[in-house]
Amino acid sequence: MSEQTRLTPASSQTVGPYFRIGLQRLVDEAPAIDASAADVITIRGKALDRDGEPVPDAMLEFWNAGADGANHDGYPEGFRRAATDGDGNFSVSVRRPAPVDAGDGRKQSPHLLVLFFCRGLLRHLISRVYFDDEAANPSDPVLLGVPDARRHTLIARRETENTYRWDVILQGDEETVFFAW
Amino acid sequence: MIELSTVETAEPGTQPGYHFPPYVSSIARSPRMPLVVLPETLTERTGPVFGHGLIRERDNDLTAQHAGDPIGERIYVHGRVLDEDSRPVRGALVEVWQANAAGRYRHKIDGHDAPLDPNFTGAGRTLTDDNGYYWFKTIKPGPYPWGNHYNAWRPAHIHFSLFGAGILSRLVTQMYFPGDPLQPLDPIFNSIPDEPARMRLVSSLDMNRAEPDYALAYMWDIVLRGHADTPFEGNHR
Repeated sequence: MSEQTRLTPASSQTVGPYFRIGLQRLVDEAPAIDASAADVITIRGKALDRDGEPVPDAMLEFWNAGADGANHDGYPEGFRRAATDGDGNFSVSVRRPAPVDAGDGRKQSPHLLVLFFCRGLLRHLISRVYFDDEAANPSDPVLLGVPDARRHTLIARRETENTYRWDVILQGDEETVFFAW
Repeated sequence: MIELSTVETAEPGTQPGYHFPPYVSSIARSPRMPLVVLPETLTERTGPVFGHGLIRERDNDLTAQHAGDPIGERIYVHGRVLDEDSRPVRGALVEVWQANAAGRYRHKIDGHDAPLDPNFTGAGRTLTDDNGYYWFKTIKPGPYPWGNHYNAWRPAHIHFSLFGAGILSRLVTQMYFPGDPLQPLDPIFNSIPDEPARMRLVSSLDMNRAEPDYALAYMWDIVLRGHADTPFEGNHR
């Protein structure tokens, strides 16, 4: 904004309730992944509003910056899109993320960046999901930047060998931490 | 050390807020706690890169995806995807979806009493070329009623989803049409406080791209946050 010539990014508008018409294909076309493979994890969760009501028309996008850069017929390895079902539940299987450089010499604990869209949100929300069995969480620079009392909202709980539970709460005392960069 | 802030990282007024009561569904679905503002890491400076393997012939021609021609006003929608420094964003994935000419979406929860068109799905996608250019051929969508308030109608619009350079350039928005009298009445459109920013979501009639005796054209350029070929400058303070 210091330079006069800079253009202003276009304004966001809600994804609305009908996004599956255009956006479902990237869910369906994701390269097959074997959820039982040793290096694959599945994250399951529910999206909830202020009243604890499920959000049945949400879309989540997961970005693993540490993915190997492979591309499957145009589909990047580190990206997955999911939509919630009628009960607000989503599920996504990804290769277990590795530590990622912070960019300032530090390492970040394994995590995925999450974008969250739904009817009612005029702009998408940005969050992260970490994993409760990762030893590097206490030194993760982003987790350290989050108030102690809210940090747990970013950490998925391990349920079985390779499945985790992580809910997204849009509003309330247990509201998920959302970021702005 | 811990920086908690409601500081707006975008230019003031150019992005909608989260809690906007005139748009009723924002009330229970918008966060109330401050967003946590942090310096960018490698996670935010990178993002997915999509390739041509995803795109099928006719993906950007929404009038040619079925056996017959869809009903309605045939149009071209085209423009460039640019970064904040006016440079083209190359290879940007652009996904679109829309109602048909009667204002009806091909979606199981759209209960509007208007006809579906067997020759129109209303979905398209493309990748921008080396000049950041994209185009679609489609049908001009109709306005439609919705339940936000009594006699609420959405102005005609096409939904756009874009991936640029880096995940922070991600944008989902809506393109509107010039001269639509429903725009001043629409809480979603008017959720953007800054009028020039709001009007940048309105396409312009483009007679240079219109095809005589065939189709009108609307031009709409889209600016994404960030830089197309260098890492983002951090938001450090």
